[in-house]
Amino acid sequence: MYDVIILGSGPAGLTSAIYTTRADLKTLLIAGVKWGGQLQLTTLVENFPGFPEGIQGPDLMLAMRKQAERFGTEFIDEDFDSVDFSTQPFKVTVAGKTHEGKAVIIATGAETKWLEVPGEKEKIGRGVSSCAPCDAVFFRGKNTIVVGGGDSAMEEATVLSKFADSVTIVHRKDSFRASEIMQKRVLENPKIKVLWNSEVKEIKGEGKVEGVVLFNNKTNETSQMPIDGVFVAIGHIPNSGKFKDIETDEAGFIKVHDHYKTNKDGVFVAGDVHDSHYKQAVTAAGYGSAAALEAERWLEGMEAS
Amino acid sequence: MHKISTVDLTQKLEYSTLDMADLTFTDQNFADEVLQSQTPVLVDFWAAWCVPCRIVSPIIEELAVDYSGKLKVGKLDVDANGTTAQNYGIMSIPSVVLFKNGEPVKTMIGAQSKDNYKKEIDAALAS
Repeated sequence: MYDVIILGSGPAGLTSAIYTTRADLKTLLIAGVKWGGQLQLTTLVENFPGFPEGIQGPDLMLAMRKQAERFGTEFIDEDFDSVDFSTQPFKVTVAGKTHEGKAVIIATGAETKWLEVPGEKEKIGRGVSSCAPCDAVFFRGKNTIVVGGGDSAMEEATVLSKFADSVTIVHRKDSFRASEIMQKRVLENPKIKVLWNSEVKEIKGEGKVEGVVLFNNKTNETSQMPIDGVFVAIGHIPNSGKFKDIETDEAGFIKVHDHYKTNKDGVFVAGDVHDSHYKQAVTAAGYGSAAALEAERWLEGMEAS
Repeated sequence: MHKISTVDLTQKLEYSTLDMADLTFTDQNFADEVLQSQTPVLVDFWAAWCVPCRIVSPIIEELAVDYSGKLKVGKLDVDANGTTAQNYGIMSIPSVVLFKNGEPVKTMIGAQSKDNYKKEIDAALAS
């Protein structure tokens, strides 16, 4: 029996674990097969405080994990199958085995939102990607597009430009929502072009990406563009699908009640699975610490009663 | 089945598992070791800079043990062996490809759970 079971191993989950273990709460963290969350798919993180020269995303996650391990967090590097929050203690089933915890912190984060256009799904890993730091090297000398207008689209384009012959950012609006510094880097890069007011309607090719069908939402014109790679960076979907009794909004973000509680007493939430607004590594870590402190207080109340 | 780990992470995550005694495939030996092989072959296309590959690597090692005698299991570094990677259209790693009688019969792209790899391998070996 654990005091706390944490679901998720990004900055939110790992920070929660650092706090709960330091409060001497017996903690199990279900890290998932792809542990470490979205930062595992990035390169240099320049906005996490404490690293004046920046730090590589995967290095930051490894450091956080080691810190959580140091205070006794137990890890399972598997995806959980199901949860049962209907009775105390709560139950989490992983690879056929059930673990019990008095409190749960949901920190399952968010994953890539795909375009959902014809030709996309079957070509993921065949020219369609959501991770330029992982896959850019395979596009040396090739022509690519990045779809999106936020910071992650800017990073994808910048990373790709080091390998690809050309990078075109396809964005459905006429301005980016990315931070100024990231936009500037992209707009000043001679290898990167931008197609404004443009949407990808279809990805063409037999067995691999060979082109896209583009739609200009200002002129209503449809055009074809031969291309070798499509990098998708249009946002993320919260990983809340496995929690049947936990309230979410229409987009799937878990609803937060009074200080990182969910609608279920004893189940807390932290990070991108509830945060549709900031979505930063440092805010996720902050939420993780807050949820852990709330869980600690809640457990104290339970013991006293 | 799964491990609850409090192991030394440096050992687990920083490349150390990648140079174990199992097979290393290259552009040079690929035809002999993979394409001409009598037993089916599982090839893990990876690179040192690829974080998800580091996650998959220990799983591949376990599969090599679990399928001992039924499956030849090895790794191919795409940086050093670009020709083979290109021949098989590798555009994302990790890509784990099962070869039977010299033909790629199943490609599994991206880090997956051990159960998932086993399910796909069992299905492909049975067919």
